[in-house]
Amino acid sequence: MSSAPGVNYLNEKSGLWSWLTTLDHKRIGIMYMISVLSFFAIGGAFAMLIRWELFGAGKNIVDAATYNQFMTFHGAIMTFMVIIPGVPAFLGNFFLPLMIGAKDVAFPRVNLLSWYCLMVGAAISFWSLFYHGADTGWTFYTPYSIQTDNGTTWLVAGAFVMGFSSILTGLNFIVTVHKLRAPGMTFFRMPLFIWGLYSTAVIQVLATPVLGITLLLLIAERTMNIGIFDPAMGGDPVLFQHFFWFYSHPAVYIMILPAMGIISELITCYSKKTIFGYRAIAWSSIGIAAVSFFVWGHHMFVSGQSEVAGIVFSFLTMLVGVPTAIKTFNWVATLYKGSIEFSAPMLFALGFIFLFTIGGVTGIMLAVTAVDVHFHDTYFVVAHFHYVMVGGTLMAITGGIYHWLPKMFGKMYNEGVARFSFVLIFIGFNVTFFPQFVLGAMGMPRRYYDYLPAFEPLNKVSSLGAWTIGVGFLFALYVVVDCILRGKKAPDNPWGAKTLEWQTSSPPPHENFTTQPVVTGGPYEYR
Amino acid sequence: MSTANTTEYHHHTAHHFDSADAEYRASKLGLWVFLMTEILMFGGLFVGYIIYHQKMPETFAAGSKFLDWKLGSLNTVILIFSSLTMALSIYYAQIGKKAMVLYNLYITFFCGVGFMVVKSIEYSHKIHDGLLPGSLFHHAAEAGSAGVAHLPIYFSFYFVMTGLHGSHVLVGMGLIAWLIVRAHKGHFGPQYYTPLECVGLFWHLVDLIWIYLFPLLYLVG
Repeated sequence: MSSAPGVNYLNEKSGLWSWLTTLDHKRIGIMYMISVLSFFAIGGAFAMLIRWELFGAGKNIVDAATYNQFMTFHGAIMTFMVIIPGVPAFLGNFFLPLMIGAKDVAFPRVNLLSWYCLMVGAAISFWSLFYHGADTGWTFYTPYSIQTDNGTTWLVAGAFVMGFSSILTGLNFIVTVHKLRAPGMTFFRMPLFIWGLYSTAVIQVLATPVLGITLLLLIAERTMNIGIFDPAMGGDPVLFQHFFWFYSHPAVYIMILPAMGIISELITCYSKKTIFGYRAIAWSSIGIAAVSFFVWGHHMFVSGQSEVAGIVFSFLTMLVGVPTAIKTFNWVATLYKGSIEFSAPMLFALGFIFLFTIGGVTGIMLAVTAVDVHFHDTYFVVAHFHYVMVGGTLMAITGGIYHWLPKMFGKMYNEGVARFSFVLIFIGFNVTFFPQFVLGAMGMPRRYYDYLPAFEPLNKVSSLGAWTIGVGFLFALYVVVDCILRGKKAPDNPWGAKTLEWQTSSPPPHENFTTQPVVTGGPYEYR
Repeated sequence: MSTANTTEYHHHTAHHFDSADAEYRASKLGLWVFLMTEILMFGGLFVGYIIYHQKMPETFAAGSKFLDWKLGSLNTVILIFSSLTMALSIYYAQIGKKAMVLYNLYITFFCGVGFMVVKSIEYSHKIHDGLLPGSLFHHAAEAGSAGVAHLPIYFSFYFVMTGLHGSHVLVGMGLIAWLIVRAHKGHFGPQYYTPLECVGLFWHLVDLIWIYLFPLLYLVG
């Protein structure tokens, strides 16, 4: 299809119906963007409320039962509706075909179906609010999740349906990468974001079905008392933990691997330098995906698993540090003697490296079984995974959104406000979560409604930091909305980037490229 | 009875594929990836089965005695036969015999119906006898005539595993019905038989899972 000048995927058709029935991966990506950002606002609001309640010891705004609901919905929304679909289904959907020179993903209808699965799953999850919500935490641990009398079944059923969304996205990406690369686009000429998405897709496809059957068994447990996880009937509640983490540990790599891919793109683009150690970064993505399936037991060091299992899982968990460090060192080496431009996306990428390193190294600390006995279920763990998931993934998503806004909407964003949002988010983040490492080391347990008076000063600091992050993300939202509504027209390649998505017009036409691109070299031929 | 009748319908390759062959190969790869997810989902159940069988072998032996291995065998034969007819329908599409495609699809579909009928006979016996999962269990054997602990867990596995499998059979029958409609319209022939091949692969997997379920549940004693 040869498109007339000025016609692009945004203005080619109009009307809400044309969006709800679209098969264009770019439009589906934008629909994911709207949904994920909305869920992020809801999950973020719960985070603000949690920190408000924890601002002082004792009751501040709500009672303990309501607090448990806040905590559960914050966790479930952020995990299943924001971070898991955040990079692959939103940015990945939009850019994977563009970056490999394809016209669309392999199965456009399946792609649209995956969005509807997310929407239906989310609706079912929120339906639980009509049954007094859920208070199990996002991990749904048995036996409490079997006994609690509220809408947990709905939340679990919603997570089950959203799992299909994740599986279908992963399936689509695997086939697209294998079958729809442009002529000359060999595997080792693919941008590293694609390697990240591909590794993620493998995890999505292999791990999510296990969560599916686990949640299905939990629903059967709650509706028919089948007893498989119920010790009173001969069942084993720890088996639930094994099943759950067999998915949910790889799932944290679903969240971080594509984010690492974004960082690879940003670092090389804003250093104007060929990435250092391309193959090492590419293989390390596959390495992390492979190891991710053999570390789930580190969530159960104190759940009564055997000591041998504890030692093996401890060792395997530390092994994850190797490919992760390979990536980090290669990013830093790329910066060396680069022409670094401190634009907003680059600031987020540098912030990522700083925060993710702290998150990663504390992960190694938690992998030490003796140390974990002390840190288990304390705020140390909360701080650790927020450094990885917020300091890592959310920083990468925000940087990635800024980086690709000109391509997605053909408009430039306000650089000054974008940098200011980084300053607020970065400072606010450290103010929020660094004190939580200290609180955790002092023994403050996670998930609790109240704490000892001695913990009060640091909790106040943490809450103030959280609200700073909240304001920072409001500024980031302003940048996005302002860009879409009032941004100046963007050139096709404002950053001088080398990857394929920048070689087509902004915004791209319906079939992405007016002529089929032919690839003759690597993705980052800067200098 | 078989007349080549394939030229009227022409399948249009989707716009983002270079050729019909590229589309065919992408569809097949996608389906294999999907089958992996199915294997992992049932894999969770099989792992659970192995763990509990290890923990309480006598419970599983006692539980399996309540199942009718003859009905189980009958269903195994039905499903294996239906896999043959499914495969034959693809073969006849490849050589362009529309009538034979339809004939085999109908047999496959009715094998599915047969399987579900036998299954529902088994289920209604279990329900009548109170051999139900978990706390719904109210058979006399609970009092100890079978002399084993936790007998209800066996029926939890029995109903969850066969129930999930049965729902897959129903989905497969729905897909085969869709194939029958399309075959009537003359959509399949030597040039285009991707849906037949993909549903066929799915049906074979459903068959294969039963081949594992049958000995694990019926013959384990």
